[in-house]
Amino acid sequence: MNTAQSRGGASQASLVDSKIVVPALGAAFTKLDPRIMIRNPVMFVVETVAALTTALFLKDLATGGASLGFSFQIILWLWFTLLFANFAEAVAEGRGKAQAASLRKTRTETQAKLLSGASGRDYKLIPGAQLKVGDLVFVEAGDIIPSDGEVIEGVASVNEAAITGESAPVIRESGGDRSAVTGGTQVLSDWIRVRITAAPGSTFIDRMIALVEGASRQKTPNEIALNILLAGLTLIFVIAVATIPSFAAYAGGAIPIIALVALFVTLIPTTIGALLSAIGIAGMDRLVRFNVLAMSGRAVEAAGDVDTLLLDKTGTITLGNRQATAFRPVRGVSEQELADAAQLASLADETPEGRSIVVLAKEKYGIRARDMSELHATFVPFTAQTRMSGVDIGGSAIRKGAVDSILASVNAVAPVTRGGAVQALRPAVSSEPMREIQAIADEIAKAGGTPLAVSRDGRLLGVVQLKDIVKGGIRERFAELRRMGIRTVMITGDNPMTAAAIAAEAGVDDFLAQATPEDKLELIRSEQAQGKLVAMCGDGTNDAPALAQADVGVAMNTGTVAAREAGNMVDLDSDPTKLIEIVEIGKQLLMTRGSLTTFSIANDVAKYFAIIPAIFAGIYPQLGALNIMGLATPESAILSAIIFNALIIIALIPLALKGVKYRAVGAGPLLRRNLLVYGLGGIVIPFIGIKAIDLAISAIGLA
Amino acid sequence: MTINGWIQILVFCAIVVALVKPLGWYMARVFNGERTFLSPVLHPVETVLYKLSGTSEREEQHWLTYTLAMLTFNLLGFLALYALQRIQAVLPYNPMGMGAVALDLAFNTAASFMTNTNWQNYGGESTMSYLVQMAGLTVQNFVSAATGIALAVALIRGFSRASAKSIGNFWADMTRATLYVLLPLCVMLTLVYVARGVPQTLSAYIDATTLEGARQTISVGPVASQLAIKMLGTNGGGFFNANSAHPFENPDAFVNLIQMVSIFAIGAALTNVFGRMVGDQRQGWAILGAMGVIFIVGVAVAYWAEAAGNPLVHALGVEGGNMEGKEVRFGTAMSALFAVITTAASCGAVNAMHSSFMPLGGLIPLINMELGEIVVGGVGAGLYGMLLFVVLTMFVAGLMVGRTPEYLGKKIEAKEVKMAILAILCLPLAMLGFTALAVVLPTGLASIGNPGPHGFSEVLYAYVSGAANNGSAFGSLSGNTLWYNLTIGAAMLMGRFFVIVPAMAIAGSMAAKKTVPVSAGTFPTHGGLFVGLLVGVILIVGGLTFFPALALGPIVEHLSLIAGQTFSVGG
Repeated sequence: MNTAQSRGGASQASLVDSKIVVPALGAAFTKLDPRIMIRNPVMFVVETVAALTTALFLKDLATGGASLGFSFQIILWLWFTLLFANFAEAVAEGRGKAQAASLRKTRTETQAKLLSGASGRDYKLIPGAQLKVGDLVFVEAGDIIPSDGEVIEGVASVNEAAITGESAPVIRESGGDRSAVTGGTQVLSDWIRVRITAAPGSTFIDRMIALVEGASRQKTPNEIALNILLAGLTLIFVIAVATIPSFAAYAGGAIPIIALVALFVTLIPTTIGALLSAIGIAGMDRLVRFNVLAMSGRAVEAAGDVDTLLLDKTGTITLGNRQATAFRPVRGVSEQELADAAQLASLADETPEGRSIVVLAKEKYGIRARDMSELHATFVPFTAQTRMSGVDIGGSAIRKGAVDSILASVNAVAPVTRGGAVQALRPAVSSEPMREIQAIADEIAKAGGTPLAVSRDGRLLGVVQLKDIVKGGIRERFAELRRMGIRTVMITGDNPMTAAAIAAEAGVDDFLAQATPEDKLELIRSEQAQGKLVAMCGDGTNDAPALAQADVGVAMNTGTVAAREAGNMVDLDSDPTKLIEIVEIGKQLLMTRGSLTTFSIANDVAKYFAIIPAIFAGIYPQLGALNIMGLATPESAILSAIIFNALIIIALIPLALKGVKYRAVGAGPLLRRNLLVYGLGGIVIPFIGIKAIDLAISAIGLA
Repeated sequence: MTINGWIQILVFCAIVVALVKPLGWYMARVFNGERTFLSPVLHPVETVLYKLSGTSEREEQHWLTYTLAMLTFNLLGFLALYALQRIQAVLPYNPMGMGAVALDLAFNTAASFMTNTNWQNYGGESTMSYLVQMAGLTVQNFVSAATGIALAVALIRGFSRASAKSIGNFWADMTRATLYVLLPLCVMLTLVYVARGVPQTLSAYIDATTLEGARQTISVGPVASQLAIKMLGTNGGGFFNANSAHPFENPDAFVNLIQMVSIFAIGAALTNVFGRMVGDQRQGWAILGAMGVIFIVGVAVAYWAEAAGNPLVHALGVEGGNMEGKEVRFGTAMSALFAVITTAASCGAVNAMHSSFMPLGGLIPLINMELGEIVVGGVGAGLYGMLLFVVLTMFVAGLMVGRTPEYLGKKIEAKEVKMAILAILCLPLAMLGFTALAVVLPTGLASIGNPGPHGFSEVLYAYVSGAANNGSAFGSLSGNTLWYNLTIGAAMLMGRFFVIVPAMAIAGSMAAKKTVPVSAGTFPTHGGLFVGLLVGVILIVGGLTFFPALALGPIVEHLSLIAGQTFSVGG
């Protein structure tokens, strides 16, 4: 969150960043090229009209027409309208371009150590750009990884600052979920053998550059639909304006073409037409600044529509690891004694669980950490066979581990001569402490915790309660999501009992316990069958099918190549909580689009009242009664309207780039607020703006 | 304005609202193919009709098949009506010996009745034989209305079905609309009208001698039966040229009230059918609410303008409201109300001459029609026209809640926007386009009856009325000329089919979509906020386009009037 906020702050500053504004000014002119302009139907129409009126003006200039000064001003503002629109787009693109430039620096020509065989270290140096999919390369400390690939052998620490901006090295190793490496990142220690998975020119960094630059930007479905609407409205206004000359002729008058052009351009939805692509680019850009790469704009839109969020328990809802929260001794053993034994057993245990036991013992019972060597203690590490760990100290053996393995070991060493491995494996719940341990363990499991039994020399001392710690504030986030109309489903490998307890504590709407990848996929499909859009994040190869099936699949950058390919977004920070922000960014993008469209259409009311009395004033002076703004002269009225129409584009660029603020208050209140601001505001503001401009230009004497 | 006038207006509204639920419940059952109390009598008839035409009520149609069936049916109706008019001289039931109707007039009339417009460039009693009136015009009155209802029901199915390939069966919907809805109600209404003194006879016109001794021919005919469907089916084509201002076609205030209620009854109840079929009646009420807001404001303005009267007449010492062109038995309140109703719905029947209204009184009917008659509207046509605006509204404003636009769980995407905007686009094209031609061409100018802005309003009104499929006339424009017969005919066809086909395309694509379940993040479309928003979009997108034309017509006329300026011939 903090990083996001600081990035947000930086973005506001960059609005007036000269590094972006200066090239954008130039781009505003080069984008006047009709071949580029035609992608935006509304602005293309404006350009056509501007070009035609300019030609007419030049003809009039040569032949000596009337009111040339007025025509000149209108034409000037027509071109300004176009330039402002281009500028908006260029500024939005500029922010991405700056980022692309820094990415490009990392893509310097690298030499690759192409391996000749699957084993051995014989390699020859070739340029990285010549690598084909399937090639095997060898990368060792100090080398830049030449292209995207998968680690097939070895483990290495890698600096991925080039793509994530995070300088702390990460571990990349073969097998498991951390096997993907990205071209352009640097191996800091050890060596790895990598199988290349990306063709030249389509590596992750290449795609990132293309994405942030907007080179591969395609119009999203909603943007296409909106463009159709805007084109349709433009056509309606063609009809409305083109019929006026003959109406005027009937009334015995004539209306100058330049006035009709002004009316037409102010009526068509130029505001949203000018800002539409800037809004889209800025939306993608907001994600990029969040260190999330969306592979398509469609995915960002889908994020706004998400109905169901699938969230992995570990790392998203709970802190990554379980922590000790209580010592529960059996009868006859004090808490202090249990804590002391547990702490001794955990001193050399570097697992997070082990460390948390030491911390708890200190916090609760003031037991200081002791030095293993001073105590002459030997650490007995955890093995898959014993499923327990502990310490041998001064002839006594302290063990901690899963309840059933501790019980089994106690049985085995008990003086009762039962013997035999077969019996030892079956925890015989014979003695009173054993039954007690079992009862405590069941209780802990029911409450969503994990019990860890502790014994000393075959005597059961008690149970350490390990618990998943639900992240602070996550409950409120889920409540917020619920108000947004989004259902949250927790995915966990835990048993249903534990899962239910954590789900209740975290406040998720539902949970999927003992989830296999197939279960996940099935859940997504069943949600989608009800017409819902599903978002999830994942990192492992077994997540890939679900990531691909989800409408918004966010792959963690630390994940496997398969996961990264399957998702439609990649989170460079590998922070699964971000899913929530991604949804908000998607909603913000759609809201900004809708708000500015509403604003643009609502503006027309004032423009009619400015221009209609002005153009008909010569025919029917009575229509002056419609000049409710009291604009000075017909010329100043028309000029004010077209100036307002151009300036409002500039005025709204910051809003288009920043986005309309999203509040998780539910659709009704949200709509009421936006309608008030952008609908009602859209009707009222131009009345004020046009009047103010009219006062200014009459004072200066422009018209 | 008087309290009495407003009480009458409110009584009318109360009756219409009271009818919405029972009629909606009944029609929803009919179009869902469920049993009703009329089924024992009508279902056998229905079955025979399906057998004869080789279809089955269970056979479902793709939207394209549905639309083609509708177009074919309408084309055949058009040809039959055209032929009947051309050869009426040699056909029976022609006691007054009417001759063949002229080519262009026959085209205009056929287009007019087939599209549920019922624009009349002819005087009924002086042009049409009884056979044409009954077998031609009245038949089209029924089937054009039934077509509208069928299409509305098909569009409703588009919203209510999910992942479906079909939107119903045109033949079944058509048959049911006629048999179960229109016919029984018409039989009832006809009896009421006859009881109140409306003629119903096949005998020849009556020659009478007046008290002063003058000889007079009194036109009669099968009036009551045509009157019933004319109102109920929002057709509006009068038996007599004076339409519902004629004492035989609208004898008293009670019949006047029944006529007004029957114009709105089916259209208003269809909103309830919509609500029931999509599983949430509030959705229907919200749409009726938006219609109601526009309607009440229209009535208030029109009634105020007519009750306030003409300042120039007041200056001559004559007090009171504007009674020019109005029947004394109805007065300003019921004339203004009738005018707003008939243009809000696509009826077009009139009980007063709209041309004689005050400029602002005449402005309201114009606006009603320019919006596409979506305020209750023509039977069926009003609802599907309104739903097009709903699609547009939800597309623009739906984004503001941070989701891609949806309505009733159906995503609104490029295709639906394209179709909605096409349908909405065709109205200004026909209305403004033809007006622009007519007011500069000599052949168009020749028919204008009044100088200045009022003459402009006459022409504008004619094309607006035609394209909106209303059929009411502003009077004083001589419409029966080659130019107006052809162009108004074309406007009627454009206004009907260029709206219907896109609307059906939307029905098809909506039916095929999945339905997204409602959540707290869904735009609520049953409250006051939605109603306000819808009204705003209708006025700004649908209405503002006509502002320049209205400014040069009724608005400037009004402003001139209060400034004491009149427009003389040649001035």
